[in-house]
Amino acid sequence: MIGGGSTTALLVGIAVLAAGTYAYRVAGPLLGDRFAPGPRAQHLVDTAAVVLLSALVATSALVAGHGWAGVARPVGVLVAGVLAWRKAPFVVVVVAAAAVTATLRLLGAP
Amino acid sequence: MRSLYRTLGRGLLRDIALVCLADAVVALAYGAISVSAGFEPWVPVLLSLAVFAGASQFLLTGILAAGGSVTAAVAAGLLVNARHLPFGLAVRDLLGTGLLGRLVGSHVMTDEAVAFALAEPDHRRRRAAYWTCGLGLFVVWNLAVMVGAAAGRAIENTDALGLDAAFPAVLLALVLPSLRDAGTRRAALIGIAIALATTPFLPTGLPVLLALFGVAAATVGRPSPSTSPGTP
Repeated sequence: MIGGGSTTALLVGIAVLAAGTYAYRVAGPLLGDRFAPGPRAQHLVDTAAVVLLSALVATSALVAGHGWAGVARPVGVLVAGVLAWRKAPFVVVVVAAAAVTATLRLLGAP
Repeated sequence: MRSLYRTLGRGLLRDIALVCLADAVVALAYGAISVSAGFEPWVPVLLSLAVFAGASQFLLTGILAAGGSVTAAVAAGLLVNARHLPFGLAVRDLLGTGLLGRLVGSHVMTDEAVAFALAEPDHRRRRAAYWTCGLGLFVVWNLAVMVGAAAGRAIENTDALGLDAAFPAVLLALVLPSLRDAGTRRAALIGIAIALATTPFLPTGLPVLLALFGVAAATVGRPSPSTSPGTP
């Protein structure tokens, strides 16, 4: 098996990752009633979710592994961002990101 | 189905379908890459059904394929997925009051479903957007991983299609409306700066979590939302 481990080790690993990920997901929905946040805390939580998503946008646009993601992908996302800011339709935004990036790569951009 | 159609409208359903389509291609590639790297087809299929979080799946497969230990791969996956904890707090009231709804709704929680929900103005539409995107992606993602794993080496390089730019573009288009609020925008910009500055030094997943300090930094010294006028 890959990684030098056994199939059992891999199965246990998948089970741990699945259980841990589910625990993250279900904690809020299950415990939320007992620790129901007030309007102010809920506003903070909503802001936190937007901040996390924004950081994901930045890292997935600019980073590959531990290095920078070259030129093609960041430029594609930048074009998408400008289109989204100018309220272009969602389809146009997403297709433009992929098309610009693919075109730049076709032209030899990293 | 008809009431869902009425609630979401054609535009939003089409947007969610587009995201499902883009993710389907990524999932095809994930299945194919895993099998090409030497995994049995059941590995990517089981991971997708049980974990259902794309970034952590790619990370786990990548670390194992590069010769890393199962422990290291699982730890990295758990780190990347920790963002679902605050996501769960943000969308908890969209999953309904029944236990079954909460248990199922939690499992289909993704970046995309959370972003689609938070982009909607009222509770009804948020709820419909969350469930449509969550369940739709779960079905499409898992089917496509199965097809990709079966197709194996036939599918290789999705980078040539520019699909790696589609994921950030989807999230960006969905969070932009929230960023029109000055306080949220400040928190997000500080968070992005923290995440990017720490990326070269820290394990994948941790920089995004550290972005949460942006919330604290932007809140310090600000009037509370209940006292500041114009807060929705």
